[in-house]
Amino acid sequence: MKVLRLLAFGWYFQFKAISRSPFEGLFQIIWPLFFATVAFLMFRVGTDPKTLLYASLGAAVMGMWSATSTTASGAMQRERWHGTLEALVASPPHFSLILLPITLAMSTIGIYCLVATLLFGRFVFGIDLTVEHKVAFGVSIVGTVLSFGALGFLFAVSFVRFRAAWALGNLFEYPVWLIGGFLVPLVLLPDWVRPISWVLAPTWGMNAIRESALGGTPWPDLALCLALGVAYVSLGVLALDRVLGAARKRATLSLT
Amino acid sequence: MTAVRIFAVGGLMSYRALFYWLTPMIYIPSLVVAPIFQILLMAYIGRSAGLASDEFYVVGNAIQYAAVPCLFAMMYLVGGEKYQNTLGAILVSPAARLPLFFGRAVPVVLNGAFVAAFSLLVGSLILGVEIPAESIPALALVIIVAAFSCTGLGLINAALALRVREAAVLSNVLFGFLLIFTGANVPLSDLPDWMQTVSQWIPFTHAIEAAREVVDGASASSVLDLVGTELLLGVAYLAAGYLLLRFFENQGRRHATLERS
Repeated sequence: MKVLRLLAFGWYFQFKAISRSPFEGLFQIIWPLFFATVAFLMFRVGTDPKTLLYASLGAAVMGMWSATSTTASGAMQRERWHGTLEALVASPPHFSLILLPITLAMSTIGIYCLVATLLFGRFVFGIDLTVEHKVAFGVSIVGTVLSFGALGFLFAVSFVRFRAAWALGNLFEYPVWLIGGFLVPLVLLPDWVRPISWVLAPTWGMNAIRESALGGTPWPDLALCLALGVAYVSLGVLALDRVLGAARKRATLSLT
Repeated sequence: MTAVRIFAVGGLMSYRALFYWLTPMIYIPSLVVAPIFQILLMAYIGRSAGLASDEFYVVGNAIQYAAVPCLFAMMYLVGGEKYQNTLGAILVSPAARLPLFFGRAVPVVLNGAFVAAFSLLVGSLILGVEIPAESIPALALVIIVAAFSCTGLGLINAALALRVREAAVLSNVLFGFLLIFTGANVPLSDLPDWMQTVSQWIPFTHAIEAAREVVDGASASSVLDLVGTELLLGVAYLAAGYLLLRFFENQGRRHATLERS
């Protein structure tokens, strides 16, 4: 119960903190709209309206990933620059219980992007989104947000030794859009790419959202998405212990 | 002679000091690898949509990605002074402003051209796009002019960085704007009329069109009008950026807000 309370309050506090800058918040919404616009313009030439709907859902999830990848990668760096990393690491709860809500809050911002992109597609490009399985659609979005937050957590831990962790996170924006099958069907990609896409939770999250919207079976995709999320968190916790142990031993925790 | 020194030495020193991305840990992911993935992403979306050939996306995105180094570097080179608390010292100096600001633009143009050329080369190799050897000199000219033109827009961005707190966000917005309007990913003829009109007045549109023609075998002389238009746009943006810088400098002096961040 204590753990859940810590996660919930940590998430709420971080979500409020991230939402403080209107300029940056607005940018989080606008940035994926640029790519969504390009995608809509590109897919508009097709005659099948389902293609545009496919693009609309893909572009919406692209925004969710954008909100997570760069910011989450630099999450620990950000605490370091703020001078709060040592205090957080020294606090009684395991550091993962402090870091995970931060990356979850970042991925939650992605819901704004998702809604903004879907509304943008609806009102600017006339893409009518009729969701077949509404409950499954909502659950898929929540599951995808959780798995994005989990992947962001793994990124945050993995890139902590890099001074410019945000640049590495930024680097993963396009590849995940591509390999996750957000706008490009995976069958168009080379065979060797597919196993990589299978170990990415965004691939399954995207599938779950698409299946629930278009009337398929989203639950197996959602289960895989969540299972991968749990795996990312487990890996992240293991890596975090090693990283923190090494930093304590060498007294390098606060070094930028 | 002093003006030449400020232009050349000052420009280079400022670039090395203030373009924070000149470390391999940022430069390689942001300016070497990311453009390749942008090209791949757009080329595959293009295949999925059945809109245009791989060549279309390789050329368009390679040149359009020069916007990242051009916009961000100019923002850092002028706006960065504000964050380093050195802006006041620079502006109180008697140095002529033209060489001071334009000197900073030269390394930016060269770097922007390098990023575009490298992306074009690697993107072509990965996607099997053939670029005729005889078109390389003309292509190089087009790329340099494109980088120059966008650096002009970058100077406007730099001037705004004196006023806007989130200058990096502004640079990203300009990048996104160029992604849509330049015809890098959607043929200009498929854009709505008002977008086509806007596209004629922004950097890259003419350069991308010229580069595509050159890759298709056109001679340098046949795209001179496009290159000339791009160059003129660059000069106009550079002049506008310079005037805007002077305006914000004067405003900053008058209201004592030069270093307010």
